[in-house]
Amino acid sequence: MIVVLVEIEQGNATVVSREALTFARDLARGPVHAVVVGGSEVGPVVLAELAEQGVAQVHHATDEWLSTYAGAAWAALLVDVAQSVDARVVLAAGTPRGMDVLARVAVRTGAPMAANVVGVESVDPYVVVRQVVGGSALEQMRLDGDLAVLSVAGHACEPVAVAEPTTPDVTVVSPALSDADLLGRVVRTGDKAVDESAAITSARVVVGAGRGAGSADGFKDVLALADLLGGALGVSRVVTSLGWRPHHEQVGQTGSRISPDVYIPCGISGAIQHWAGCQSAKTILAINSDPDAPMVTRAHYAVVGDLHEIVPAINDELRRRRRG
Amino acid sequence: MTDVLVCIKRVPGSSGQLLLSADEQSVDARHVGWTVSPHEDCAVELATQVASATGGTATVLTVGSADAVEQLRDALAVGCAAAVLVEADTERFGPADVAAAIADVVRAHEAVGRVYGLVLLGNDAADTGDFQVPIRLAYALERPVLTSISTVEVAGERLEAHGDGPEGEEVFELPLPAVVAVLEGGVLPRYPSVMGRMKAKKVQVETVIADREPVGSGRVRLSLPPEQPSQVEVLGHGADAAPAVVDLLERLGVASR
Repeated sequence: MIVVLVEIEQGNATVVSREALTFARDLARGPVHAVVVGGSEVGPVVLAELAEQGVAQVHHATDEWLSTYAGAAWAALLVDVAQSVDARVVLAAGTPRGMDVLARVAVRTGAPMAANVVGVESVDPYVVVRQVVGGSALEQMRLDGDLAVLSVAGHACEPVAVAEPTTPDVTVVSPALSDADLLGRVVRTGDKAVDESAAITSARVVVGAGRGAGSADGFKDVLALADLLGGALGVSRVVTSLGWRPHHEQVGQTGSRISPDVYIPCGISGAIQHWAGCQSAKTILAINSDPDAPMVTRAHYAVVGDLHEIVPAINDELRRRRRG
Repeated sequence: MTDVLVCIKRVPGSSGQLLLSADEQSVDARHVGWTVSPHEDCAVELATQVASATGGTATVLTVGSADAVEQLRDALAVGCAAAVLVEADTERFGPADVAAAIADVVRAHEAVGRVYGLVLLGNDAADTGDFQVPIRLAYALERPVLTSISTVEVAGERLEAHGDGPEGEEVFELPLPAVVAVLEGGVLPRYPSVMGRMKAKKVQVETVIADREPVGSGRVRLSLPPEQPSQVEVLGHGADAAPAVVDLLERLGVASR
């Protein structure tokens, strides 16, 4: 039996949670239980998404105390559900919340945890393959014990619907919480704009820029290209470290992980840190003065030369063709 | 006054080619050098800010080999006042072992009156990426813990922390003492000054030997994903390649907004 924490955003199960459900279904070869937190009911959209993923039962926590995020309380809930169904695996997408909750579940249950899992090699005992060093290396890891706690790396698999959707039962659950479980609760939301990194994680096209931009003023042309393509700007870590662009634009191991249809890195060498965040792009078109840079050799397409000459020329060509 | 303990880890750099040791148990950093995780750079910055704002001190700690003194000195050079090296064969350590080793130091310091109101760590280490040490440490110390935090402010015996949630910025409050795991992005780490580096060299690093038998990480072996042979198609050189680029963007269906 596998229990999966499903995160809900704007009335939908998140893509990475649906990936985690597909991963769990392949691993379980049997019923998968989903845990959903918040709201007075599991809406029809979410229920249909869970049915498409073959979920057998939904455990829904409706307590007001759980309506805003509290890692320890959510972990108490997951532990309750896992124990009630005698789960062998507790699993979630490798999001900040997923990781936070799972690590607490691991401590509370004494179970071993593997983060950023991309595959499972055996189940008795569990031997998993997980990403380390930002996905640049893989670790084969053994988890001994009756329960394994796994977070699934983003884009480790595509969310695949089952041939015949299930009709999941929905059970309302209410864990016993201590005062300590509610200490780290969100007390309010701040003034900052909603999820500023959403632009690069949802864009079909991302135009990337690195140190080659030259200065904080060197992004005019790449921004124009992103705008012409209806895309977003993503930058390497050195750019944010130098204070040239805000951190929410950073792509990489410690920035956003992107998977656009097209990624156009301009003047980015492709160091481990950056590659970790962009390797899931479906097509990569690298613009770089060094034909041997890792980003160029790993790309599908490349243009060799100075981005400050090439990008304005592309922008001009796009505008010329649009004028007809 | 809040004394802060900030925990860092010596990890291979991320700017070059990754190699593995012959026994496939560790990363061979000979070509990439050593550094700390970007999350920890930010944790060090926050530690010095909190210490400075409250009149406390920031102490930096690492669990690792004797060579990790290099990373402790880097943190001392940007404002930490004291440093602790927990010497251990970390190749045999898992996240529970690292957390236990840190907890031992916190308790030992508390026993002699050095109480840390706040313990800061990075969200996860850049090499092992376990995402467990902060939470295992907090539970071992029976303190509340937050992860993925960008900024913190301390007022008296309470902490306010900010992080990014799925619906925007989230604000948390905790009583001290507490443990907080920091995510890169909330503060810009400062660069060390020449004066800072000179001062850092003079600080006596407290060295402790980790004496627990580790439970381990469960690692069987490491491997590198198979490197695909380059199949890059070079569309051209310089500005003359622009028409070929736009042709490609049109074929991919992304040339129009």
